[in-house]
Amino acid sequence: MSEMTAAHAQGAATAQIRESYMAQTRRKRLYGTMMLVVFVALMASGFMTAEARNAGGFWGGLHQIGDFPAALLSEAGEKLSELPANLVTYFPALVETINIAAVSTLIGGVGGILLSMLATRGLALWPRMIPVWRRLMDVMRAVPEIVIALVLIFVLGGGPVPAMIAIAFHTVGALGKLFSEVNENASLKPVEGLASVGANWSQRMILGVMPSVAPNYLSYALLRFEINIRASAILGFVGAGGIGYELKNAMAWGIGRYDEAAAIFLLLFVTIVAFDQLGSHLRDRLTHGRKEELLA
Amino acid sequence: MLRITQLTKNFGRNTAVDAASLHIGAPAMIGIIGRSGAGKSTLLRMLNRLEDATSGSIQFNDREISGLTGADKRAWQADCAMIFQQFNLVPRMDVVSNVLHGTLNRRSTLATLFNLYPTADIHRAIDILDRLGIAEHAPKRAEALSGGQQQRVAIARALMQDPKIILADEPIASLDPMNAQVVMEALRRIHEEDGRMVIANLHTLDTARRYCDRVIGMRAGRIVFDGTPEQLTTDMAREIYGADASFSEEATSTEIGALDRSAKAAAVPA
Repeated sequence: MSEMTAAHAQGAATAQIRESYMAQTRRKRLYGTMMLVVFVALMASGFMTAEARNAGGFWGGLHQIGDFPAALLSEAGEKLSELPANLVTYFPALVETINIAAVSTLIGGVGGILLSMLATRGLALWPRMIPVWRRLMDVMRAVPEIVIALVLIFVLGGGPVPAMIAIAFHTVGALGKLFSEVNENASLKPVEGLASVGANWSQRMILGVMPSVAPNYLSYALLRFEINIRASAILGFVGAGGIGYELKNAMAWGIGRYDEAAAIFLLLFVTIVAFDQLGSHLRDRLTHGRKEELLA
Repeated sequence: MLRITQLTKNFGRNTAVDAASLHIGAPAMIGIIGRSGAGKSTLLRMLNRLEDATSGSIQFNDREISGLTGADKRAWQADCAMIFQQFNLVPRMDVVSNVLHGTLNRRSTLATLFNLYPTADIHRAIDILDRLGIAEHAPKRAEALSGGQQQRVAIARALMQDPKIILADEPIASLDPMNAQVVMEALRRIHEEDGRMVIANLHTLDTARRYCDRVIGMRAGRIVFDGTPEQLTTDMAREIYGADASFSEEATSTEIGALDRSAKAAAVPA
């Protein structure tokens, strides 16, 4: 008899769990539907607003979207024989662009590491200063590279140095933020272990934190390097030298230098692919030790 | 039912599973034992098709499994549930959603994206959780549960698949003895009550003896023993584990009872 009552009570409890879970599911679905409706409405209204403010009109201009690539490809196709010569001509400019990106990534990375350590809870040297460092990084990220570059070109004159400073400044802010997120997930146990033997702050950071976060740092830094190659190419447009300056000249409408533009695009594309491959290879090498341990 | 013929898996120059052949005629509870690195996990992972075999064949009811691709392969995986040592649940989703993942093979991406599981499935998921004694945790996030409870959620996900075979890869290796017992008893019950085939990798001999109808011993990728628990002598066990005379079954045990046994054994000479 008591067994039957127990079984009955059990059944009632399950029914109640079912009911409350179904109620929760219905609520979640309702929220989901509402979010979807709001999202679609915002997208539609936003599109209509943008369409109204647009000078040309989205639908009217849509069929012309392929005109420039088509013109560029056809002209490059006609002068295909000149492609190797063009590649050789613009290679030194590409090297200059990559150099700007590499130096600014290195400088920005070192600055980013320092700022990220100072701005991470649990690691910071002066915990009360964390908001100050964070806002500093926000400012560094907020100012567009091109603005800094324009100001510096005005002061220092055109050339690669203003571009390098401008990109490095931005990189410190961007990498600092990413690195500090990595730091937050790092284990504090090694840091505590080093503190227990009397290590100072920089020793704790270099020996306790860096080894565990280095692969993530590297992967963010390599991504930033890629972005910086593009940024340094763009800064060429405002007179900071490198391949961007050449691209700006070659891309001008109707002067018949599209073959050179195509060569420059090709160089940039190959560069990005090459550094992407190099990056994943380096990351593999750095994390390989850990992988082997996992498989064992 | 399940026939494995000359199944081999190479990782680079290492051979994880070396020409394993096996025939299982009827649903049974089967334990695979062997030390770590013997190829137990790789064998199960090949059965579930998480891993592709280098050579050899797997047949289930005279259907070739090892060559399936795409939707056929995923349908087989739905029929052949897998339970992992580390549970492999989605930690930030609630328990019932994790169990409902067992039906993903039958649902479209769009339906799962908007959480549109049929009410009948939701009720069945809660009933399965109830059967495993963890229904009261239904709305909690999976990560909020203890290891033993999470493993039972994983078993519930497997049952939700309504599979023909349940593979369990070291299901109790991360659990304390009490939870290990609960999980193993749940697996045994599933075999006895539902008549499903259960194949479990176990790292301790006494668990295999206690819960399994048939024990398979692997060493260095080869199947070196295949028989009933009674046929598994201490000498055979030493052979499987590659151990010398100092090896005793109690030393590998995770059962609470074994502690008493070895304590008694130690007390006798004194």
